[in-house]
Amino acid sequence: MSVDSATFTPTKTASSERRPLRERFSTIVPQLVLAPSLVATFVYVFVFAAWTIWISLSNSGDLPDYSFAGFQHYAELWVNLRWRIAYTNLFLFSSLYVIGTMVIGLSLAILIDQRIRAEALFRTIYLYPLAVSFIVTGTVWRWLFSPTTGIQAMVHQLGWASFKFDWLVQREMAIYTIVLTGIWQASGFVMALFLAGLRSVDPDLIKAAQIDGATMPRIYRRIILPAIGPIFIAVAVVLLQFAIKTFELVIAMTQGGPGISTTMPANYVYDLMFQRGQLAEGAAAAIMILVALALILVPYTIWTNLRQRREASRG
Amino acid sequence: MAEATTYDPLSTAGTWGRRAKLIVYALLTLFALVYLLPFTIVVLNSFRDLGDISRNGLISVPHTFSLDYWVQAWCKFCVGGTCEGIQPFFYNSVAMVVPATIISTAIGAINGYILSKWRFPGSEILFGIMTLGVFMPGQMVLLPWAQVLGFLGLTNSVAGLVLIHCVQGLSFTTLFCRNYYVNIPDDLIKAARIDGASFWRIFRKVVLPLSPPIIIVTVIWQFTNIWNEFLFAFIFSSGTHQPVTVALVALSGGGTAVHQYNVESAAVLIGALPPLLIYLFGGRYFLRGLTQGALK
Repeated sequence: MSVDSATFTPTKTASSERRPLRERFSTIVPQLVLAPSLVATFVYVFVFAAWTIWISLSNSGDLPDYSFAGFQHYAELWVNLRWRIAYTNLFLFSSLYVIGTMVIGLSLAILIDQRIRAEALFRTIYLYPLAVSFIVTGTVWRWLFSPTTGIQAMVHQLGWASFKFDWLVQREMAIYTIVLTGIWQASGFVMALFLAGLRSVDPDLIKAAQIDGATMPRIYRRIILPAIGPIFIAVAVVLLQFAIKTFELVIAMTQGGPGISTTMPANYVYDLMFQRGQLAEGAAAAIMILVALALILVPYTIWTNLRQRREASRG
Repeated sequence: MAEATTYDPLSTAGTWGRRAKLIVYALLTLFALVYLLPFTIVVLNSFRDLGDISRNGLISVPHTFSLDYWVQAWCKFCVGGTCEGIQPFFYNSVAMVVPATIISTAIGAINGYILSKWRFPGSEILFGIMTLGVFMPGQMVLLPWAQVLGFLGLTNSVAGLVLIHCVQGLSFTTLFCRNYYVNIPDDLIKAARIDGASFWRIFRKVVLPLSPPIIIVTVIWQFTNIWNEFLFAFIFSSGTHQPVTVALVALSGGGTAVHQYNVESAAVLIGALPPLLIYLFGGRYFLRGLTQGALK
């Protein structure tokens, strides 16, 4: 490495000529060490993205073909029934998942924040699903939702023979089993984020309100929850990211079925690229996922930067 | 209101306070049961015989007990054409996760050190670019990776997955370490530089001894994510090269065959065990990694 770098050490300025070679080399060590990572990330982020965009505009079928086809595959994608189902599912799933997870997560955080005993135990229990892969979670919940083995079978066993809970195999309802599983997996995580927020609220504010005779629900509504407002937005952004990337849960629970009713965009990208050999259309669908992420992350980044600047200027 | 000096939301009124506390505990316990139920059911079913399961359903008190299904799941059950259980796939995961975690964490620590303590013109922008990798959806890079892996001769190999996870993980590890090292006082580094210590010497003697907390967080984060990762593993590996997450789908997802719920339960638990153990023993760090990874 030292031989390489010595060959392109700059020798232009007088001051650097006077310094020993070793010292001059040492000033560029950081850049040299960083360079491979930068190249790798640059390729990963920009070259790969550009590559996928190019494929989406090309005539690629089951093999890459880089001749230009224009936006034809995007047009095909948006008239495709399965894609329309996939993005309808994405909206349905995202809204229910984000709202459900936040409601349960916040409720758990508020309950845990009531100076209870065994707090660490409860926290450990609520959070463990996050250590487990979506595949494991999805597989287990598939068994539980399956009418022949799970909850319905258990209730039948108990003697209520007409009980029905077969959402997993109903076209219209299967997506809700994925929503419930998603909420189960993420609400402990959201609880932890909210709990950290609740504990960062200035206790003097709360004491003052208590002395003024405010009731606890009122204190939560008027003081505590507004104070952790930014956390709501951060949590929602994180969850929306999870929702947009949802892939494994569907694979493990329904494989997109019954029929095509629970297909999500990420699953459809996979199908187009690796099952049907429609690389260009698959790439176009992948770019739609990127666009969806950008629609959430870009405004969020701008908002956090603005807020930080405002806080900095306030001193 | 003399007692109100310590903030205790539920102590505001006597009997109502006690009843409220009971409700709080009841709700917390109810939720705890909902969270524990699936795990408990899988554990119980991994010891029950199939007759028991089909007679009484998956959700039932066990009537039979045997450790045999764990043995079968580990080294006998047939998955994807081979009948060696989940064991070879488990080893694939280990062979993937250990090098990928070590390499990405080591490089991330060095990058973080440079981007926080050896800043140069433009280094902030470079840091911004590196963090973009965090948000890149996997679907965007599938086709390029397929081509690159093919070009490098790493198609359907554990080494290919290690490469993917190293490159993808760099953004996270660099982000974690850089944000941690920023808080090391610059004076420490300056003093070492005045004493003539080199780039590497400062890293070894000053920065590394202060690093254990962030290294633990980064290792836990990388290990759990890579172990649980599915998309890349699913697409870029097949047959005997699959990591355990993919093998689990092959094992329990296959539609037509009669399900051996007991063996599948044991297999699912084996596949989930390493990250679960890490969570139980390193919970504090695990949470810190999650919140850092998610909110930055």
